[in-house]
Amino acid sequence: MKEKLHALYQFLKKEGLTPAQEKKIRYELTLLELGGGQSRIGRPMKRHLYSYNDLGMLHVTPPSKLVAHSSVQSLDYLLERDKQREQDGFPRKIRVGKMVKPSQDGDDKVIIIPTTVEEKLFHDKIRLDEEGEGDGDGDPGSGDGGTGDGEEGDIVGEEPVRPEQGGQGGAGQGEGGEHDVESNAYDLGRILTEQFELPNLKDKGKKRSLSKYTYDLTDTNRGFGQVLDKKATLRRILKTNIALGRVRPHEQVDPECLLISPNDRIYRILSKEKDYESQAVVFFVRDYSGSMGGKPTELIVNQHVLIYSWLTYQYKNQVETRFILHDTEAKEVDNFQVYYNSTVAGGTQVSSAYKLVNDIVVDESLATDNNIYVFHGTDGDDWDTKGDKAIPELEKMLGYASRVGITIAENGYGISGQTEVERYIKKSGLLEEKKDLLRMDVIAKDTDEARLIKGIRGLIS
Amino acid sequence: MELVSQRAKKIMEGCKERARDAGLRFQDDSLEYIVTNRDFLQLSPKNMIPTLYDYWVQDVEVMKEQGQYELYPNNPYETVINTRPPISFYNDNNPDWLNVMIFYHVIGHIDFFQNNLYFRHTWDYDFAGKALSDKRLIAKLRSQQGRWVDYVIEFARSIDNLVGYYDLLGSLAAGEKKLNRVDFYFDSFIQEKKDSSIASYVTEIEKYNQFIRDYQKDGTARFIDEIKSIHAEFEALYLKAVEKREKGTGKHDLLQFISENSVFLNRSDNKWMISVIEMVRTTSLYFQPQIRTKILNEGWASYWHETLFLQDDRISGNEVAFAAVNAKVTSLPKVGLNPYALGMRLFYYLEEQANMGRISYDYQRLADQNHRRKFDKTTGAGRDFIFDVRENFCDSMFVNTFIDQEFVDMHKLFVVDKRLNKERMVWQYYIKSKKAKHYKQMVAESLYHPPAVAVAVDTDNTLMLTHHFEKKPLFRDYIAGTLMGIEFLWGDQVTLVTHEPEPIEKKSDQPDQESVPPEIKWRRVKYTMKDKKLTRMLVD
Repeated sequence: MKEKLHALYQFLKKEGLTPAQEKKIRYELTLLELGGGQSRIGRPMKRHLYSYNDLGMLHVTPPSKLVAHSSVQSLDYLLERDKQREQDGFPRKIRVGKMVKPSQDGDDKVIIIPTTVEEKLFHDKIRLDEEGEGDGDGDPGSGDGGTGDGEEGDIVGEEPVRPEQGGQGGAGQGEGGEHDVESNAYDLGRILTEQFELPNLKDKGKKRSLSKYTYDLTDTNRGFGQVLDKKATLRRILKTNIALGRVRPHEQVDPECLLISPNDRIYRILSKEKDYESQAVVFFVRDYSGSMGGKPTELIVNQHVLIYSWLTYQYKNQVETRFILHDTEAKEVDNFQVYYNSTVAGGTQVSSAYKLVNDIVVDESLATDNNIYVFHGTDGDDWDTKGDKAIPELEKMLGYASRVGITIAENGYGISGQTEVERYIKKSGLLEEKKDLLRMDVIAKDTDEARLIKGIRGLIS
Repeated sequence: MELVSQRAKKIMEGCKERARDAGLRFQDDSLEYIVTNRDFLQLSPKNMIPTLYDYWVQDVEVMKEQGQYELYPNNPYETVINTRPPISFYNDNNPDWLNVMIFYHVIGHIDFFQNNLYFRHTWDYDFAGKALSDKRLIAKLRSQQGRWVDYVIEFARSIDNLVGYYDLLGSLAAGEKKLNRVDFYFDSFIQEKKDSSIASYVTEIEKYNQFIRDYQKDGTARFIDEIKSIHAEFEALYLKAVEKREKGTGKHDLLQFISENSVFLNRSDNKWMISVIEMVRTTSLYFQPQIRTKILNEGWASYWHETLFLQDDRISGNEVAFAAVNAKVTSLPKVGLNPYALGMRLFYYLEEQANMGRISYDYQRLADQNHRRKFDKTTGAGRDFIFDVRENFCDSMFVNTFIDQEFVDMHKLFVVDKRLNKERMVWQYYIKSKKAKHYKQMVAESLYHPPAVAVAVDTDNTLMLTHHFEKKPLFRDYIAGTLMGIEFLWGDQVTLVTHEPEPIEKKSDQPDQESVPPEIKWRRVKYTMKDKKLTRMLVD
């Protein structure tokens, strides 16, 4: 693996790399070499003064890990009132919090935690450069408290810059299950569609007809039937009476004098309807290379949960999902669990993933019977810096897909808006040429849930 | 929620006796409830007060991610609440011995609540009862005004950290002693007269003393009558002074100011909002001392649960289990600030120091380390001294007065900071300083410190807020939401003037040295909230 990557690196180097690109590739290679266990001294547990309380400290089973929404009346109620806020002229306050999909077996479980903040005037730290926080801070009195042996300058703990595992769900995962507001992806999709006003699909492209019939009161019948259609009946009666000369223009109509023929009664009648349901196949593609560690991964998987939920709702559960991870090579994984939690330290080649998607679509001839959606999440790094391989694959993909959505979660290393993927896709002109099919969303490292949802609106509308 | 069993209650009564014998002072009756985790969950957003008014935010998890406490510390909650009688809560699966230990901790808190002067304004009434009546008021208003009650609660809460807590304490201290006529005459009246001189002042004193000598008990009254006959205006001025004193310092916090001066709130159909605002304000004032005495309060309670539990003969046999829990509570973390551990150690340290007579000028004056080490006057005044500290101090005074190098060395305390190691891509936590000065500064920095905001009204009815500059910026993301609430309550445009840091651009010819901290300069910024739109403007 390592040798292969180094060979690839040497090859790319020969082809010509800018210093910035080379730095990025070298960084990913270094991460690979360090592996996961580079932290020899343990990571210190840091807690703030006011985070200590009697409940957590004194009692046997501290309830501190439980989240305080057991008394939530219902998520719908909360969101309803949030919508009301908007109508009253105040900004919304509820955020749909962490959504995790941790279950190993049932694969559409999503936990929704409504969160909010109470805005007040608070003092803030002086923050100019986040990465440099605490670095060489001239003030010797700033920092944290500590105790133990050692002299000034000694190292007491280490913490990797990027957490090793991307996208740990955080609260709600595992413990305290009974207190969670549980909901399935379908419900979340409904909430997203209704409350956050994500658009409904315009044309679901009913390609496949299912031999499914429903009975509905849609047909009308004169004389007899199940439900009297009053409006249509009245219209009919008027027509008859005009024909009979009993209703004249510019004269008062006396309803008691109208004649009613038995045939004037119009009814709705139960009838057999053929139901068409559409089907969709969604490919979730994610870069899981070294540079994706931490925040970018979290953002991407969160957005993909939301998209998945929305599609589930739109297609009334008729959605098939495929999960693909890639670094320099791509592979398909079985379920969301693996998709959500995998990280690897390696390089990045976007084209490998696109190629795999294309191969799957061709091999299984998915394109004929299905609407195909591809959502790709990446931090924008690509060793194939000009997209020489990725662009042709992408073009091929656009030939059958209903929508390709690319999300670039910037990892904060390069200059914003300058990532390789963003550049070569923009340069290819596909965004304009196929703007019905291809969408791109670039998000920063500190993106919140609301922005993610907004991003989805852009990707799918 | 149910009361603890009679058996447990009996054990607890025994604890109270032992605590009293040790010198703690607290009221006789107390209520203890057994609660489940679920109850805890519902109580914690209400600061453990079961009767607190309902508000939808309590139903939603308020974001508490890492680092959140630093920025927006919540009111700390203890396992006991400062009501009359005090109510404490016990988990339904705690063993007996643990409940005894917790009860000793609780007694420590109760003693603190009822004796520390920073809680003075909570002594005269039962908050549980007041909260219940507030809750009923809110429920009634909700049935009349619907969701608008919640908006008013929300907006009032958005400035409830700016309440004039110290003003309230100050006015209480001033109001304790009623101004009498003699004091007024000598302290203000004759001194403010135009022709006042030391000679005339002394003459007046002598005159007063003569009255006392001549008429004994009647002396004061006769002297005042005499004064009144000379100065006709005396009585009127005296009454004015008394009234002024009773009013307190006359300072008004933002919530009070808005309630009194907002045209919008004082419209007859909006009057109800003022009672909601007042409720939010008094509730906030009630909780203020708790967050300002976290280290002291927890330290005091930990000191006593340890001392009293180990002396309690009834629960012997559980020492090992106790040691495990107690160590969890009171051990100093390798990195971080544990208020239980720090406070408790400070109390032990102070007791020892006072016992040896070291809290004195004689000791401080000593420079010779050898003499200092040997200094011991065995005064035995340690207990009295820490009782005095528990009565008169708050966290910032406690920390600033008593953390010294000896204490820091004794417990091997240090300041930790982190720096980036680029080669290994890790944050390294390193010992930054072992000096008491820096440790003290670090603790002081992490204490709760809400911004100070002055308030005034402009001629065009703009509410002008000025954030007092303390080399700390405001958290920007929340300014818009807060000002929008104030605008609603004020009914007109609101401005806020504050300072924000800005990095000074490095000159390009200097090499980019990353170890050099970026220099900053402070810019004066004015935020204006008008029609729910926020604008930001530099006003240098």
